[in-house]
Amino acid sequence: MCRGAVLMKADLSCTLLTMAANEHEEKRNLELGGHVGFDSLPDQLVSKSVAQGFCFNILCVGETGIGKSTLMNTLFNTTFENEEASHYQSEVQLRPQTYDLQESNVNLKLTVVHTVGFGDQINKGQSHKPILDYIDAQFERYLEEELKIRRSLFNCHDTRIHICLYFIAPTGHSLKSLDLVTMKKLDSKVNIIPVIAKADTVSKSELDKLKIKIMSELVSNGVQIYQFPTEDEAVAEINTSMNTHLPFAVVGSVEDVKVGNKMVKARLYPWGSVQVENENHCDFVKLREMLLRVNMEDLREQTHARHYELYRRCKLEEMGFKDTGPDSQSFSLQETYEAKRKEFLVDLQRKEEEMRQMFVSKVKETEAELKEKEKELHERFEQLKRMHQDEKKNLEEKRRDLEEEMNAFNRRKVAAETLMGQALQGCSQPFKKDKDKKNFFSLPSACSLTSGRNLN
Amino acid sequence: MDAIMLQEKLVERLLCPRVRTARQKEKQYVGFATLPNQVHRKSVKKGFDFTLMVAGESGMGKSTLVNSLFLTDLYKERKLLNAEERINQTVEIIKHTVDIEEKGVKLKLTIVDTPGFGDAVNNNECWKPITDYIDQQFEQYFRDESGLNRKNIQDNRVHCCLYFIPPFGHGLRPVDVEFMKALHEKVNIIPLIAKADCLTPNEIKKLKDRIREEIDKFGIKVYQFPECDSDEDEEFKQLDKELKECTPFAVIGSNTVVEARGQRVRGRLYPWGIVEVENQSHCDFVKLRNMLIRSHMHDLKDVTCDVHYENYRAQCIQEMTSKLAQDNRMESPIPILPLSTPDVETEKLIKLKDEELKRMQEMLNKMQQQMHDKEQ
Repeated sequence: MCRGAVLMKADLSCTLLTMAANEHEEKRNLELGGHVGFDSLPDQLVSKSVAQGFCFNILCVGETGIGKSTLMNTLFNTTFENEEASHYQSEVQLRPQTYDLQESNVNLKLTVVHTVGFGDQINKGQSHKPILDYIDAQFERYLEEELKIRRSLFNCHDTRIHICLYFIAPTGHSLKSLDLVTMKKLDSKVNIIPVIAKADTVSKSELDKLKIKIMSELVSNGVQIYQFPTEDEAVAEINTSMNTHLPFAVVGSVEDVKVGNKMVKARLYPWGSVQVENENHCDFVKLREMLLRVNMEDLREQTHARHYELYRRCKLEEMGFKDTGPDSQSFSLQETYEAKRKEFLVDLQRKEEEMRQMFVSKVKETEAELKEKEKELHERFEQLKRMHQDEKKNLEEKRRDLEEEMNAFNRRKVAAETLMGQALQGCSQPFKKDKDKKNFFSLPSACSLTSGRNLN
Repeated sequence: MDAIMLQEKLVERLLCPRVRTARQKEKQYVGFATLPNQVHRKSVKKGFDFTLMVAGESGMGKSTLVNSLFLTDLYKERKLLNAEERINQTVEIIKHTVDIEEKGVKLKLTIVDTPGFGDAVNNNECWKPITDYIDQQFEQYFRDESGLNRKNIQDNRVHCCLYFIPPFGHGLRPVDVEFMKALHEKVNIIPLIAKADCLTPNEIKKLKDRIREEIDKFGIKVYQFPECDSDEDEEFKQLDKELKECTPFAVIGSNTVVEARGQRVRGRLYPWGIVEVENQSHCDFVKLRNMLIRSHMHDLKDVTCDVHYENYRAQCIQEMTSKLAQDNRMESPIPILPLSTPDVETEKLIKLKDEELKRMQEMLNKMQQQMHDKEQ
């Protein structure tokens, strides 16, 4: 009802505008006189789309080993190559794989993204981050393409996730805490359809209780899962009834088992066989109907119109773009762009100035440092020189002293020799000898004294 | 049917060892061959006790299995938490004790439940409350055992821990590995594959092989069945071998009774068939029950007492003595100290005796010497 009211309001404003624009023209409904032929427009659209090919991207989120790959194989009736994941990944990773499928004359480019290592870590607080990052990255890619100057949107491979199948483990009581936290984070970014995996472990009565419990938990925590659209009369009935069967309890199998006289996809147990396509056994058929046969196009539309637009709005607002300025006049993108550009250039210049100044100051600093160092070096050099000179002086003095001593010694030697000669000559003059001896002994001391004085 | 009969025989043999006494009639009859009967009588009078711990994520069917094992309803009023309440849940330890009786034999059964294990978003060290609980029970027994009055010791030690592995994965997950490694030296761990009715026989075999491989790889010491004696006959050995190759047991539990093949049995009703809990070709429930209750219950208790408890005790004493050596003070609450540092009186006595011994030794030596002299 709310949506109808909005539509009416839009209509009203539209007519108001047209009335404001051309006050004299009125919209009239005309009757056609004959068959014009524009009723073939939808067919033209269809043939164009078929020629272009379709694109569909599925994200499967669930614990390791819960049956994501098997379900994909069963849904699309083929075998996608998938290696078994290990439980010991240190963090969640996403593994996208793209396939080209064809049915009748319709080409489908299918991308299946699996979460590897989800729910295996001991601390699962960061498990949702890689998933959110991946979804945002696909939106970002599309946004970039949209904002390009030369763009080719019709040619580009749309990798935005159209549907997220969340696999709930059939523990029998309720959702796990990890499931609740992850779905809450994902519900505003992607269409979520929760499915109960490995449903052949839940008996009928338990299943009803489990479904009710899960839906009530989702509702009470405000998690918005994808609701099948009920406006279009062609599919309204089936969609409303399917909405009550959520979450779908699915079983996947690629093995054929003989039941009766047919080969059907089933799982063979000692106590019976679970047939995948038997509506009494599981909801696989319902899921396939809803996902592929009825609502695929609606899923793509919702992704584009709701989730992508929300992302785009948030992103552009972050960048500073606004639809209405402070005086509530609408800006065009161009004006905002120009303003932004100017701002950016001013910013750039400022930064340049800053950098230049910094550079100059740094240079000055280093120069000063170098100068100081130079001074220091000079000082040291001077010091060393002085030391060197002092030493030299010392040495010189010592040398002179030594020379003096040598001279003194030589003189003494000469004197001693002459005395000896005299002594030899005058042997009969002992007194003189004593005297001379005395003189002889006093001479050197007198000499040394004088030489000592010479030093100073 | 054959397998069931053989199993019954096995059970009989273990319960009635008295059959062998018939062989002794030829020799002169002393009478101690009735010892087993006496033991039987006394034990029946005393009654048995057994503490079983169940651990695993929420929704694995632990309570249902316990109810199926002991054919009672232990969990009447149970409050299950919602998902948002479980985001930051911590592990609690809840004990349920019941007294059950069968053919005059009384059993005091304690089930230790661990709600909240593995349910939070961040499960770092979620096994800590469990290891603390087990250690606490060991410590309490240790104190009681070393006390002065040992008449009525309550044995609350955990004899066995059933660990439920989810069947949805490809093998053991990191939280399973960490839990088992933290507990394998404190308690007998028996790993089980829960909710086995979501696996076909091939898938069960693959998963069992995978889990056994990973248990070896990570060096986890789960409970090993004791080797059977070499003088047992072939069928017993065969049964034993089959039992060992079947681990970990893939079990299904059920609280409801359904009609299958004309009988009322415990089972689960599906649109595509009925899973019978006690049907050996459907799951290993019967093997688990026989092993746990009918043949190896006492062995589990023995291993707990002889191995796990002794390890704990030795570790505890070592810590205490090393602490004492550091502190050099006689400060310890446990009264086992009388053995290592005797009190003053006994010390004196010992000293006296020592001296006496020395004196006597000297006298002996003197006498020998005298004799030696005399000879010479």
